[in-house]
Amino acid sequence: MVAALNAALRASLDRDSKVLLMGEDIATLGGVFRVTDGLAKDFGEQRVIDAPLAESTIIGAAVGLAMRGYRPVCEIQFDGFVFPAFDQIVTQVAKLRVRTDGQVAMPIVIRLPFGGGIGAVEHHSESPEAYFVHTPGLRVMAPATPADAFVMLQQAIASDDPVIFLEPKRRYWDRGEVDLNVDIAHATLMGRARVTRSGSDVTIACYGPMLRTCLEAAEVAAEEGRSLEVVDLRSLSPIDFPTLVASVERTSRLVVVHEAQGMASVGAEIAAVIAERCFWSMEAPVIRVAGFHTPYPPNRLEQHYLPDVERILDAVDRSMAY
Amino acid sequence: MHTHGGDDFVQLLTPEGERLDHPDYPLDVTGDEVRALYRDLVMMRRFDLEATALQRHGELGLFTPIVGQEAAQIGAGRAMRPGDFAYTSYREHGIAWCRGIEPLTLMGLFRGVTNGGWNPYEHNMAIYSIVIGDHVPHAVGYAMGIQRDGTDDVALAFFGDGATSQGDVHEAFVFAAAFHSPVLFFLQNNHFAISVPVETQSRHQLVKRADGYGIPGIRVDGNDVLASLAVTRAALQRIREGGGPMLIEAVTYRMGSHTTSDDPTRYRPHDALEHWATRDPLERVLRLMEREGWADGDFIAGLDAEANAMGATLRDGTRALTPPDPLTMFDHVYAEPHQQVTDDRAFLARYLQAAPSGDLT
Repeated sequence: MVAALNAALRASLDRDSKVLLMGEDIATLGGVFRVTDGLAKDFGEQRVIDAPLAESTIIGAAVGLAMRGYRPVCEIQFDGFVFPAFDQIVTQVAKLRVRTDGQVAMPIVIRLPFGGGIGAVEHHSESPEAYFVHTPGLRVMAPATPADAFVMLQQAIASDDPVIFLEPKRRYWDRGEVDLNVDIAHATLMGRARVTRSGSDVTIACYGPMLRTCLEAAEVAAEEGRSLEVVDLRSLSPIDFPTLVASVERTSRLVVVHEAQGMASVGAEIAAVIAERCFWSMEAPVIRVAGFHTPYPPNRLEQHYLPDVERILDAVDRSMAY
Repeated sequence: MHTHGGDDFVQLLTPEGERLDHPDYPLDVTGDEVRALYRDLVMMRRFDLEATALQRHGELGLFTPIVGQEAAQIGAGRAMRPGDFAYTSYREHGIAWCRGIEPLTLMGLFRGVTNGGWNPYEHNMAIYSIVIGDHVPHAVGYAMGIQRDGTDDVALAFFGDGATSQGDVHEAFVFAAAFHSPVLFFLQNNHFAISVPVETQSRHQLVKRADGYGIPGIRVDGNDVLASLAVTRAALQRIREGGGPMLIEAVTYRMGSHTTSDDPTRYRPHDALEHWATRDPLERVLRLMEREGWADGDFIAGLDAEANAMGATLRDGTRALTPPDPLTMFDHVYAEPHQQVTDDRAFLARYLQAAPSGDLT
């Protein structure tokens, strides 16, 4: 996936001379995960910028660059480091278009490696998506596969809206087929979910790092004679409810899976909306499989915190028991 | 504490209206130029009175008075070129005036009919920034864009003494210095962040912080429009020529309240207004013009008539500012359609149709 993201950045830099990359350690080092490897060498330090160690002004300066006509792609090194920039994101990036009656565009992408499962120290494994999904003016995207990472990052950069782009860091090393010649304009539309695996008993909605886990759970369930339909949301703002509603109307059951805490989460929003729209089709309440309401635990405990195949199957059992 | 006091700043016009020379900031001005600056100052002071009165009459929810700070802003504003770009806080009516933004345009925000008010690209001035210090990194980013475009424009960030305590302002200095960006930091030290005195923000003169970032800093009499003009002009020229970022600290005083909701008698030293009134930004220009024979009765009367006309336009225009169609709140939240916004808009449209405003209990 790292190579797919790198190729997407390269293609975007090639396509539009206004695209700039900015972040900590992204130029000389190529990023701590090497997502920007080689780009400074090929595009120069005017377009691939090693910023001072100050997240708020990485985003704040991107606002000014956007106002001057540039399309900044900012890397925040880890999920837990985004909070110093939170004010600039929710107060400025998200609102400037509407505050100027549409005169000022904010075509900014904020790349954010997110999620746990890599045995990292604290503040390096968080899932802050709900804060951004809650904020009008932002789009939030989370690819789950190398192919989607390649397409979705280019779509995010081409969008005139600001995009929080969540990269599932524990899937950075996943391998997968990527069509480098894919026509971005005709790829799956930005904002659309995808039914990754069809099934008839229970719909599983997930995104980012949890897609692979949910597909594994579906394999196990199939061996037990249960048919799970796995929907990869891909976009968290907006959420593609038409695709999700159509799936739930087929299966009558929904389990939502994410690493982020369940309280006031993407899963909570989905549960509320599905209850409103699918009430008469449902055989069971929506069940959430999520992180717990604790700060992310020390990494030797993270396997107990993160949803895994067993916890997903447990939720499926509970759903089927109604 | 007297660290912020003293007159160790660039001054070209004394409070008594006497011209001073400064070796680094020579300024030749004609009578016409001084009259034009005085007109700006008078119009701003009248605007302030009128807007404050409109708030007292219930026509504005809030207003942020500029009184006392006219010279700092007019001097800086008139030093700018059209291609320069200003990022300001919410008290920079004088900068807006110099950027050609009509006073009435500023009323929309304070009357609550818009959260912005103008197209930034028409005036090369961003909309007011309410969150303290947030806009200072924006100016640096804009300046980084200027560098990549290869022009000699300058981005200016206007902020106050309170903002200097914000992390974003510190970060902005760091970025500007690191990238040698063409940005001018124009700090108006008006001595208060609402009620908290500048001594709480800094133990020594704020201009000294520039040295820590490795950029030049200049302290100027912010109540002297000629000094503000000359120093800003020189700084902009230096920056245009590739000199990198600079800081100007304009020492002034907020003679009014923080906003019309504020009560400065709870925190302002009892003799402060009296003291600063002797350093009034307008009075000294009038004295200079009288001394030089640049202002006759016709000029003063003409200015008075112009200010009266502006006041009338402002009063009538403000009262005519009506709330926009409620459904416009959904416009421009996103560039491209977003289903949540589309659904919410459709809901409110249906709801308003079913229960028109006024029929609800």
